[in-house]
Amino acid sequence: MDWTGTMASIKAAWRREISAYFATPLAYVFIAIFLLVLGIFTWDLSRFFDTGAADLGPFFYWHPWLFMMFMPALAMRLWAEETNSGTAELLLSLPVNLPGLVIGKLLAAWSVAAFALILTFPWWITVNILGPADNAAIALTYFVSLIMAGAYLAIGAAVSALTRSAVLAFVIGVLIAFILTAAGWPLVSGAVADWLGPSAGDAVAQFSFLTHFETAQRGVLELRGLFFFLGFTTLCIALNTLFVAQRRAGAQ
Amino acid sequence: MLELKNLNKAFGDNVAVSALTFSLQKGEVLGFLGQNGAGKSTTMRMISGVLEPDSGDAVLNGHSIVSERREAQSQIGYLPEGAPLYRDMTPLAFLRFIADTHGLNRSGRNDAVDRVIADARIADVANQSIGSLSKGYRRRVGLAAALVNDPPILLLDEPTDGLDPIQKRAVRALVARMAPTKAIVISTHTLEEVPAMCSRVLVINNGMMVADDTPQALENRKPGGLEEVFISLANSHEAGAK
Repeated sequence: MDWTGTMASIKAAWRREISAYFATPLAYVFIAIFLLVLGIFTWDLSRFFDTGAADLGPFFYWHPWLFMMFMPALAMRLWAEETNSGTAELLLSLPVNLPGLVIGKLLAAWSVAAFALILTFPWWITVNILGPADNAAIALTYFVSLIMAGAYLAIGAAVSALTRSAVLAFVIGVLIAFILTAAGWPLVSGAVADWLGPSAGDAVAQFSFLTHFETAQRGVLELRGLFFFLGFTTLCIALNTLFVAQRRAGAQ
Repeated sequence: MLELKNLNKAFGDNVAVSALTFSLQKGEVLGFLGQNGAGKSTTMRMISGVLEPDSGDAVLNGHSIVSERREAQSQIGYLPEGAPLYRDMTPLAFLRFIADTHGLNRSGRNDAVDRVIADARIADVANQSIGSLSKGYRRRVGLAAALVNDPPILLLDEPTDGLDPIQKRAVRALVARMAPTKAIVISTHTLEEVPAMCSRVLVINNGMMVADDTPQALENRKPGGLEEVFISLANSHEAGAK
């Protein structure tokens, strides 16, 4: 494994993508809408101030559902735009490490997602004003939320490598993300259990982001959940690399 | 310096490049001619590592594009057809990105970027957005990117396509300055490019090489000059294929 080459490729791709996000209104619009929607959902739908508790449960509850929509939006252009504008040809002619490029692009999108999460800090301050909050549990949930965001982004990035249309990449990305989120929703896992038996319902729920994030929402670090998200991200990175490499064979 | 060995590529039933073999030495500027769809861009993509050949190989300065792709790619500068660039970047940022992909350190990167900005004569637009530049400047930025690693082999796919006469002249002058120290392949279907820039001409049709000669010798094959020769080579092959 050529670590120096991989790191150089990651760095080059990360720099390029970060500059692309902030050179256009994309990152700013993404962050503004994400904060606005998350704020409305937490404040209004979850009735944050009516719970009477100094915890961020109502705030974290919406993360998987919002990531399902927002992360594919953030990742949709990563490869689709390269294909559409022809820069993919330039990129593939450079002496770069392909997994490094894929990781670098994903890390750039992940950085924007991390920045958006950091900007939710007023909620954290608010619960501390409301009463004694379990800050260690909140920090842990933030951490797992960020890891989960990476998994959602990896889906979007991999799908983006399959098409030249960013919009199509977004739609397919949201669809896959929805399936992986809703599988853990009691309504869905319950229906599967009724139809195919309780073990099938449990098995479906185990593949859901919702299921693995629920533990973190309670402030508990479950390694199984962490490995699930990281493993899923790694799988998507491998698929993304494969999809881009397939272009060399002339498959696209 | 550049050696193509029995290069083949097909997309389904469509044979794009068939048994293409030639070599190119330092100081040679090869005009790679053919009609649209003749297989020029596919060949360029295979040499540059963008596409994998079905069989055969391209050896770039001793490195196989099949088995040592990244080492081979570090020997070339490639200007793809239409010079695709990141329109949101400035030429300066774009060239720094290209230098990063070549693994240059900070001082090496800055030296390389300064050198190609001067070579391509784009200093006056280096801090403007690429999207706001004229086609001629964008092509020069693409050329500058191809030169960042000071490659011994240059692959230029339609470098003057769509440019006005003044812009064409600027690109030709740049190629002429680079020619003595590099092996250059210029893919084009614009015949006027050939005597202006090339020391050798290779014509392909339906993916197969149909001529390999100097521009002068090729021009002298028929009374109508290069255009007549080119048309007859394309037609004779089409007639042969029927």
